[in-house]
Amino acid sequence: MELNRLDELYRDAILDHRRNPRNHERLNAPDIVGDAINPFCGDEIRLQLNLNDELRVSEVGLQGEGCSINLAAGSMLTEAIRGKALDEIDALVELFRRMMRGDAEAEELLRCEGDLANLAGVRDYPVRIKCALLPLSALTQGIHDYKSSPSQL
Amino acid sequence: MLDVRKIREDFPILSKKVYDGRPLVWLDSAATSQKPRQVIQALVDYYEGYNANVHRGVHALSMESTERYEEARVKVAGFINAAHAESLIWTRNTTEAINIVAKSWAEDNIKPGDEIVVTALEHHSNLVPWQQVARKHGAKVCILPLADDHTLDMGAVDEIIGPRTRLLAMTQESNAVGTIVPVKELAKKARAVGAAVLVDGAQSVPHMPVDVQDMDCDFLAFSGHKMLGPTGIGGLYVKRDVLERMSPFLTGGEMVLAVSYEDASWDELPMRFEAGTPNIADAIALGAAVDYLNALGMENVREHEIALTKYALEAFKELEEELDVYGPKDAQERGGIVSFHHPDVHPHDLGTVLDRRGIAIRTGHHCAMPMVRSLGVPATARASMYLYNTEEEVDMLVDALKEALRYFRI
Repeated sequence: MELNRLDELYRDAILDHRRNPRNHERLNAPDIVGDAINPFCGDEIRLQLNLNDELRVSEVGLQGEGCSINLAAGSMLTEAIRGKALDEIDALVELFRRMMRGDAEAEELLRCEGDLANLAGVRDYPVRIKCALLPLSALTQGIHDYKSSPSQL
Repeated sequence: MLDVRKIREDFPILSKKVYDGRPLVWLDSAATSQKPRQVIQALVDYYEGYNANVHRGVHALSMESTERYEEARVKVAGFINAAHAESLIWTRNTTEAINIVAKSWAEDNIKPGDEIVVTALEHHSNLVPWQQVARKHGAKVCILPLADDHTLDMGAVDEIIGPRTRLLAMTQESNAVGTIVPVKELAKKARAVGAAVLVDGAQSVPHMPVDVQDMDCDFLAFSGHKMLGPTGIGGLYVKRDVLERMSPFLTGGEMVLAVSYEDASWDELPMRFEAGTPNIADAIALGAAVDYLNALGMENVREHEIALTKYALEAFKELEEELDVYGPKDAQERGGIVSFHHPDVHPHDLGTVLDRRGIAIRTGHHCAMPMVRSLGVPATARASMYLYNTEEEVDMLVDALKEALRYFRI
């Protein structure tokens, strides 16, 4: 059956995150907020982060509407960034982008970062890559705004 | 009735196989239609036989291209029953056509305090230009609201169309949910208060008989590529006395009568609105598309789509517990567009699963973001049908949807 081929795209881990999104909550007064919209389909996602005294991510909140790929990527990302410092998150985002461009080494390295490597199959569906990258765009934007806010300069 | 089997033989792409030999099921004609070989051949004939610039040469090829180009204008103008062929300006598409009105006509006619009325169904192309005009000229955009079945709430019309209304700009058929708008009735109400009337015919002109004189509109905008023609060519009909008073949109070559170093005078209609070398080949091929549609008869095209839509709405009843299907229940009140949504399976995911079975549908907000958001969903899946689609294809869609829902274990 052809649909079995879709299993590379919709791996169990993805469907699991889709059905039970992690950290799907709203934080009060978060330190960092990032939003992203996919103008192609109208999907929206918001990530909220709180930092502890060591400036590491202590809490993550994820809100959004979207397809399985977008929501699963967001959910996986919330797990992967917990406990990380902002520059470590930047490195993680870069690793993910490299994996989506087909970099096997990046994919291997990402296997140590929770479930994110399960999204490698999205590469074979070029129109869906944007879906996987949307939560990362929200995260990057949030961190950028935080770093350039007056209190951080 | 249409002989769909025979029609399909005219469309080379419909015998294409995708993903390991699955037949292509094209249910995305609201985005763009496929092209019959007669249209493709018209392009080849032009480039191989008489490619030359129009309205300027004294040689054989230029005379031939000019003749065929203007002949296409007469055909397309006749197709929408324009009283004068020079009322038809070639544009790139519907969006450009509406923007010409928003820039050229609105510039001289929209004043502070005026109201521009649109429907809640509008595609961005018939909403965003009016938002910009309103902002620039201190006017206001007013929205005709929808009833529960996504038809217009006709009870609200008289409250909204009033003495301040300067323009009524409305789609004739919603690209997002398929609703057909009673444009003639609404145009009459707009006329009664002295407002101008623009009809967005992007989804109606390809699918049903459209008559600008009967609708009594000032402007009709449409795209060639949704009506079997090539991309990059569309039309703006403007009532002749309105067009005569409109200022040119673009200026330069081809649209002037005489030019000095200081000044210029404008050429006659419609050339005044067609600056620069036009899209000659695609205009001629759009003429071929109109020949094709006329040979079938637009009444027959519409009848086929009503029957197919009725069949599809019936077939979707099998999934009525899982899917929300939008738009009027009566096939007579809608075009061949079926827009639907599953609360737990995002349209993107449905679209990807159907795609692997060779079925092309559109997923997203269909460039009608406010309309789709008003349904309470971020996006819908949309199957849109045309004269070459069959009941078997509708069955394949429904089967594939069932399989997709099973796949996501819903």
